[in-house]
Amino acid sequence: MSVEVDMEKCMHCGACAGTCPVNAIFLNDLLPEIGSDCTECELCIKACPVSALSLRGE
Amino acid sequence: MSIESEEPPFDTEEYDLLVVGAGPIGSMTARFAARNGLDKVLVIEKRQEIGTPVRCAEGVSISWFDELDIEESEDFIKSKVLGAKLYSPAGNTVTIGKEIAGDEVGAVLERDIFDKRVAMMAAEEDVDFMLKTQARDVMIEDGKVVGVKASRMGESFEIYADLVIGADGFESQIGRWAGIYDTIKPKNIMSCFQYRLTDIDYDPDYTHFYLGSDAPGGYVWIFPKGEREANVGLGIQLSQLDGSKTAKDYLDEFIDKHQGLKNGETVDMVAGGVSVAPPPESVCMDGLMLVGDAARVVDPITGGGIANGMKQAKIAGEEAAEAVKKGKVDKKALSRYEERWRDRLEEKLWRNFMAKEKAVELEDEEFDMIIDALSDADLSELSTESLLKKIGEKHPEMVESFEEML
Repeated sequence: MSVEVDMEKCMHCGACAGTCPVNAIFLNDLLPEIGSDCTECELCIKACPVSALSLRGE
Repeated sequence: MSIESEEPPFDTEEYDLLVVGAGPIGSMTARFAARNGLDKVLVIEKRQEIGTPVRCAEGVSISWFDELDIEESEDFIKSKVLGAKLYSPAGNTVTIGKEIAGDEVGAVLERDIFDKRVAMMAAEEDVDFMLKTQARDVMIEDGKVVGVKASRMGESFEIYADLVIGADGFESQIGRWAGIYDTIKPKNIMSCFQYRLTDIDYDPDYTHFYLGSDAPGGYVWIFPKGEREANVGLGIQLSQLDGSKTAKDYLDEFIDKHQGLKNGETVDMVAGGVSVAPPPESVCMDGLMLVGDAARVVDPITGGGIANGMKQAKIAGEEAAEAVKKGKVDKKALSRYEERWRDRLEEKLWRNFMAKEKAVELEDEEFDMIIDALSDADLSELSTESLLKKIGEKHPEMVESFEEML
């Protein structure tokens, strides 16, 4: 499982990065990058005002 | 020939002060640092344009403009209001006049223009700006922040400075990389969404606040941007979001219920996160200060960050200049900044945080009772105490839980 960002939905607002409890999200040129520290706590998914993040995978 | 070639070689340049983030707080901090004697002040900004995209509801008080030496201008003040109207879920309303509410929301800005204007004020003090420049890490030597690693259009470099100030907003990476504070609890984070709507029917003489379950743990705002145009948005407490519903979903539902807004056209969409946390224990470490949203000085009741951030920015700039000039930038030396901004802001931040903690638990019926109790009151003073007293006259049981704050 991993958190993925739907770039078509993303508004580059940083709500995900500011919410992440382990600072695993880096806004690279305003695009969120989910780093390997991600614990899949899903808080960023909750925080995203436009549901651009989701948990994907096996 | 190009602007590029006129810039200093990044890898050797050392600055008195490096500010990360060219929002109004970062620029204002840099301006006061330069005005108080620092020659080499640099502000870096990851975006390619200062002020865009706007991430703000833009309603502010302007009572602090004089103190900050800002001249009012119609260029960036889009509208001024007569007061604020509060609405309960059942439709009870109370109007709070300008003489009372003016201190909280008196004007609506054009942030894209305002942010550039504040940058110009800093530039007039010989502050340097470098756009499209992203901080990638803080450099720490022997426990002291000595600069940041940055990149700009494919080029990576290091920027050394006697003092670094993180003015990088809610998502402050500088504060997180430096390990200054704990993460924010979900109950202290608001997920926000806003449309700038045009061709709408509403009362443009007032700001409008809708309380209750339209925006659980927060409120819906309508801030005038013109006769038929307004910022219509909301913030919802993360811990109260229902299932997979997003802030945008809540706002779409609200607008759909309001005939005057429903047929409007969107000219801008804004998303964002806002912290409504208690002030952190420390916003400094050796060689580093945080300011503005990055220092979590957002008002926990209104969610507004500009006024508190600007007041803090002046103090930060002045104290940064003193510290660097004395050559002492360790945490202890920076304690004057901590003391001064806390003297100015902390008591109200705590009081409003405690009030927010109570307010987020209110049911719709309680908001109806509160607004009803206030609607026939002569609101000559807008303080927590006077409001509670007024509510207590009609509904003594309601104010019991708030009484410890009195």
